[in-house]
Amino acid sequence: MSTGATVIAGCALVTFAIKAAGPVALGGRELPIWFTSVVVLLAPALLAALVATQALADGDRLAVGADTAGVAAGGLVAWRTGSIVACVLVAPAVTAGLRLL
Amino acid sequence: MSAIVFAGSAQFSAVAILAQGGGAGAAIAAAALMNSRFLPMGVAFAPSLRGGPLWRALQGQAVVDASWALAARPDGSFDRMMLFGSSAAAYVTWVGGTAIGALWGGALGDPHDLGLDALFPAFFLALLLNEARSGRARGVAALGALIALVLVPVAPVGVPVLVASLAALVGLTRSAREAVLESQEAEGEPR
Repeated sequence: MSTGATVIAGCALVTFAIKAAGPVALGGRELPIWFTSVVVLLAPALLAALVATQALADGDRLAVGADTAGVAAGGLVAWRTGSIVACVLVAPAVTAGLRLL
Repeated sequence: MSAIVFAGSAQFSAVAILAQGGGAGAAIAAAALMNSRFLPMGVAFAPSLRGGPLWRALQGQAVVDASWALAARPDGSFDRMMLFGSSAAAYVTWVGGTAIGALWGGALGDPHDLGLDALFPAFFLALLLNEARSGRARGVAALGALIALVLVPVAPVGVPVLVASLAALVGLTRSAREAVLESQEAEGEPR
């Protein structure tokens, strides 16, 4: 098997296992309140980490650039207007504009 | 690859490692680390699922960042139809976009020039602003971002986001648990 095919098959298997683990392991049980309380806070924690690692870093090093400014502009639009669509239109536009300069 | 792995950041990190001359094992390991964030997402989503283990495992495959975040309800449960629907739409456009890129990619110009790398973080930021209405949620978000940024230079790509999920352990405090109880009682369906 070629390297490409090996990597694709490996990634597919690993991804399937990771995504299946939570739903299978927890079954259909009622969950205690402390668990729900942690789960509610997973979304802000993960979302903030995704934003930070994508807007303020470049792979394994911290980096601020045109994309950081674009994301900040998009965030401002989302905050002021509440529109997700406007936010995802403004962010790439600002980023591309800054790179043109 | 888009059709059967369907996890953008994992695909990109695997391809980046191959491009740097890394082996198949390293590429798969990077993809696994990148996708490890689906572990806590799957744990969060699990209570909203019904059915036997195999069916649950298959439903778990529908989880991607954006649909997971869109389907999350304030009380900790998930809108399953929202998650499946938005994942299906994302799947069609993701695979279709990959095909278009492979066939006519050269004609579209450099995605970097188009600023497309700012699109996903901006989308997640908008969801976060929508999500983090309580002071506690905002504090957890700040903590998660801080953990991720501190780890970026020292941990392999993907690990910072996974470790940042530990910020949600703030939910173990008494005041956080009481807030959940109150929101569930407000909806008239205490568990």
